[in-house]
Amino acid sequence: MAHRVEPGLYRLGNPKPDSPVFASANYTLSFDALRSALAGIDGYILVLDTKGINVWCAAGKGTFGTEELVRRIQSTGLAGIVIHRKIIVPQLGAPGISWPEVLRRSEFTVEYGPVRARDLPEYLKTHKATNEMRRVEFPFLDRIVLTPVEFVHAALPMFIAAAVLWFLAGPAAALAAVSAVLAGTVLFPALLPFIPTQDFSTKGLILGAVVALPFAVSFGTNPVLPVWANGISAATALLLIPAVIAYLALNFTGCTTFTSRTGVKKEIFRYVPVMALMAGLGIILGMVLGMSRFFGVI
Amino acid sequence: MINSYIENTLRYYPERCFNCRRCTQVCPHSVFKEGEDRALLARPEACMECGACALNCPAQAIEVQSGVGCAWAMISAALRGKDMDSSECSCGGDDGSCCGQTQEKSPPCC
Repeated sequence: MAHRVEPGLYRLGNPKPDSPVFASANYTLSFDALRSALAGIDGYILVLDTKGINVWCAAGKGTFGTEELVRRIQSTGLAGIVIHRKIIVPQLGAPGISWPEVLRRSEFTVEYGPVRARDLPEYLKTHKATNEMRRVEFPFLDRIVLTPVEFVHAALPMFIAAAVLWFLAGPAAALAAVSAVLAGTVLFPALLPFIPTQDFSTKGLILGAVVALPFAVSFGTNPVLPVWANGISAATALLLIPAVIAYLALNFTGCTTFTSRTGVKKEIFRYVPVMALMAGLGIILGMVLGMSRFFGVI
Repeated sequence: MINSYIENTLRYYPERCFNCRRCTQVCPHSVFKEGEDRALLARPEACMECGACALNCPAQAIEVQSGVGCAWAMISAALRGKDMDSSECSCGGDDGSCCGQTQEKSPPCC
């Protein structure tokens, strides 16, 4: 409940019956961003019950939707408070709103405002949004702010894998596990637009190959091991590290602002079997090395 | 090079369009742009299938199977034996999230 605003109609400044009405989610940050952007402007904010979820996510789930908008217009008696019949809805609420349906059921016309609340003052001068106001981007700061959450999701498996590898194969192998997860959850989002190819999986495989290379060289040039064991060590790194990074990269699709479900599904069918095969082969080769060491072959 | 994102489920029937321009207002990736008599499909490959254009087209000139492009949600659904298309991104929800269990920050997808 900590991030929720009570749904309903809020006054902004000293609104009059002809003042504009803005729709928002009952997610604190959405509401606060709108209030800050509209500082000095008189109007009303109609807060929908989106269960504390921001506008775009809630629109995708349908909680920021036609039903809730119409219900909230009616329950607040908005038609008796303002003399016009127009409500400004954030553009990213559109996946949940059908404006013809809202008009039919409430007699209010939906006007789609800009993507970002900070553009509202400029937008209100003409009620026309520029292309920039309508576009969603995914800049470096937006990507990097996601990395702690991405890392935390993968942290527990990483620590377990690193601990196991430390005991079985030494600190360098543990470092490889930590490097793979850091690369997949922090480096990948940071470098996303700069890594070649469009698919996240192939981007992950490319980044994985770069990260794996120094480990492969290090593991494959151990002077006390025979050539075949060095080869297996290097191959293990070259198979496992890119597979892990590619999988983490693929999972980053849900955090982006542009991936389609059709595309992600294609990626899953195309590349997850490849990742599984690489990981499986890598694990088998690692076990061969471990058993060779256990039985004193190397 | 293979690009999994070139094709999607977006379909546009320009003969039904009467140029209300709602699609150009709601699309976050400028997939549609304003034309003389009707909307133009300018960047179909950029469609993320959010469904806003189809839902807001009063002429039913646009069709798209809307959904969230989240591998985490789709793989999780498949592992639970459910249809991948029935998966729902849990971002912002109380049951954990693919993009943040806490909502202190507001990530782009959220």
